Amino acid sequence: MNSTVASEYSSEVHSTPIEHRFNPYSDNGGTVLGIAGEDFAVLAGDTRQVVGYSINSRYEPKIFNVGDDIVMTANGFAADGAALIDKFKNQLKWYKFDHNGKKLSIKSAARYIQHLLYGKRFFPYYVSTLIAGLDEEGKGAVYSYDPVGSYEKEQCRAGGAAASLIMPFLDNQVNFKNQYVPGTDGKEKRPLRYLSLDEVLQLVKDAFSSATERHIQVGDGLEIFIVTKEGVRVEYYPLKRD
Amino acid sequence: MFRNNYDNDSVTYSPTGRLFQVEYALEAIKQGSAAVGIVSSTHVALVALKRNAEELGSYQKKIIKIDDHMGIALAGLAPDARVLSNFLRKQAMTSKMIYNKPISTQSAVLSIADKAQENTQSYGSRPYGVGLLVGGYDESTDSCHLYEFQPSGSVLEYYGAAIGARSQAARTYLERNLDTIRGSEAHLSQEELIVHALNALRDTLAQDVELTYKNTSVSIVGKNTPFALYDDENVQQWIDKLDAVSNSRNRSNGDDDDDDEDDNDDNKDDAVKTETGATADAGESAADSAVGANIQTDAGQEDRMETE
Amino acid sequence: MNHDPFKWGRPNDATYGAYNHHIAQATPYAYEEQHASSTSTTTSSFPKMNTQNPIITGTSVISLKFKDGVILAADNLGSYGSLARFTNIERLIRVGKETIVGISGDISDLQQIERILEELETTQEVYDNFDGGDDLKAPHVHEYLSRVMYNRRSNMNPLWNAIVVGGFDKDGKTPFLKYVDLLGVTYGSSTIATGFGAHLAVPLLRQLIPEDKDYVNITEEQARECILNAMTVLFYRDARSLDKFSLVTVKNDGEFKFEKELRCEGQRWKFAKDIRGYGSAQQ
Repeated sequence: MNSTVASEYSSEVHSTPIEHRFNPYSDNGGTVLGIAGEDFAVLAGDTRQVVGYSINSRYEPKIFNVGDDIVMTANGFAADGAALIDKFKNQLKWYKFDHNGKKLSIKSAARYIQHLLYGKRFFPYYVSTLIAGLDEEGKGAVYSYDPVGSYEKEQCRAGGAAASLIMPFLDNQVNFKNQYVPGTDGKEKRPLRYLSLDEVLQLVKDAFSSATERHIQVGDGLEIFIVTKEGVRVEYYPLKRD
Repeated sequence: MFRNNYDNDSVTYSPTGRLFQVEYALEAIKQGSAAVGIVSSTHVALVALKRNAEELGSYQKKIIKIDDHMGIALAGLAPDARVLSNFLRKQAMTSKMIYNKPISTQSAVLSIADKAQENTQSYGSRPYGVGLLVGGYDESTDSCHLYEFQPSGSVLEYYGAAIGARSQAARTYLERNLDTIRGSEAHLSQEELIVHALNALRDTLAQDVELTYKNTSVSIVGKNTPFALYDDENVQQWIDKLDAVSNSRNRSNGDDDDDDEDDNDDNKDDAVKTETGATADAGESAADSAVGANIQTDAGQEDRMETE
Repeated sequence: MNHDPFKWGRPNDATYGAYNHHIAQATPYAYEEQHASSTSTTTSSFPKMNTQNPIITGTSVISLKFKDGVILAADNLGSYGSLARFTNIERLIRVGKETIVGISGDISDLQQIERILEELETTQEVYDNFDGGDDLKAPHVHEYLSRVMYNRRSNMNPLWNAIVVGGFDKDGKTPFLKYVDLLGVTYGSSTIATGFGAHLAVPLLRQLIPEDKDYVNITEEQARECILNAMTVLFYRDARSLDKFSLVTVKNDGEFKFEKELRCEGQRWKFAKDIRGYGSAQQ
């Protein structure tokens, strides 16, 4: 059947029906960032929640300690993010019931989250997911996901609204991309080394204050979850509120 | 030999208004090793005696965590308890998930009581063969509760309760010490609560058995105290707090006033068995006679002979 | 002249193209029959659609925390598009002893939510609150509504509303204010407004409470004045609003004040006589 709608300004004929229906998604802005160190990992996010040009809340946390020294965030569509994290928390509880209180390794948590995301492959959770913690050797670990569950273990990853602003900065400052040993005429790459926790926290704060300057959906507050062998602790820093 | 015609299914009443299958299920609880629970104003302690089927085998799990604020102790068929505990865990999680609220101890125990009751009314089903002590702390009312769940679907709240083999001895202990445990000026610490529970459990022991870290499970839950379960090596710290680890009637210095009653315990159990017409752990002949007795009193008019 | 009565009074195909029956699956029975033999199919290529547009709508709900409670306000208008259709709609719903739920958006969905909340309350009273003291509190109501809203959106059958839940935390003392909408998106803040109010009223409310934690310095009188002013401003500029509204104040000393049929006081319309075409001014 030919469905044609001619506008009053042209005789151009559209052959596709105008879609007018409920859109189950929205974008609630915000940005998140995870960095793994030698014996620690951090997961940070701003606390602003937006829809369109409106600021819903200046303090709506989106990073959670889900148990077993794993911290998690799912940034993008806030309702999906919250649903995913709730689901994971519940499954972690069952895991502990079924395995006599055994601690879930971050490797297993990572694989399990892939299944949660892929399970909704055809009606995805519209989020970029990050988890951070310590691996079985006690080294920092960050895992990142796309909305349908493809995942990877990385040294660092930014997600959400200002990911494209922060990620190149991280490439340069964490993985020393485009950095060369002085005097080698750009022939010898700067050797990689682990950053200290203080260095990482400074990077995170710089990344977020810069993103706040340049991205309208980022700001208000910065919450940083730090995982060490002592456990999880949280730090909060105010960001610009404009 | 006469056969009971009213125990083929759980839905048929005997002419005297009894449901034999349900009563048999209650007997299954008495086959299990004992479990004891006590509640103070701030805490609930659940303790239990574990059995191992054979020397090389593991001990049966007797106490199960339901949530941070709730746990159960069981006596009877362990697989039935596992199914029920999984159901309780789901209920607890659902409550947190959709109401953002820990499930109250009473609604939790009523949810399984409803399941149990259904089995007493639907053809082809078997009542659960397990009794549970459900202990929990309710955040919303800031109170602790202890309930006994029975396969009949009945639920009662207790200050102290005991189920399982020779549990009458534990109940006797609890009754005698009710004032120290629950009196108006009694404010038991967690530790004292557990010691009382273990004392009660100790009185259910058979002659040559002692409480050891291998056969004892201890748990505590309450205000600002997430459910904690102590098994194996971790139990020793609690056992060390007892003045003795064997049943008081078997100790040489023995508390004299206990003796007469404790000696009767087994007989008492038997009395109960006969009354409810269950098979218990007695030999086959004993069971037959008990059942026979029931037929004669309850359904004597049937007078049907066994076919074999 | 087209002699088919079915075509009468309809947009001319020559001008506008054939009517697209896929849209809203508006295929009439007669049309189906007529074209039953044609090769094209008249059944929609869309998946099953439960969702509609909101029909009768309620506009903003605005709310504030103050040091010992929360205030919510919503006007009494039910609009049918741009028509002010009903003027006695109550959009603030009391749940339990100390919780108030404000709803904007579709009114029939509002009434559905009203029934859902009533059932929640009954269930809680009958099956949970045996010995008393275990009452429904705002966090429970909010969590429950969030589940309902998110599940409905996930079934592509949303309840077309934005909801504010006000009351107290589990401690019964700390003011609680949270939002949930047709997508299941939730957030908490000391200043919450839905719909048009999110644009027009929130800046006014945030003038009183710039930072979320500052609500502890705000008195009931300050909060009330701010809300009343915001309702008046909304009436000036929101074409779907009414100057008659309800206002609920809940305080942690147990007071629950439900005021109905309040009016936007102190309206100033003097400027109106200078606007050409407004009122009876002759120009």
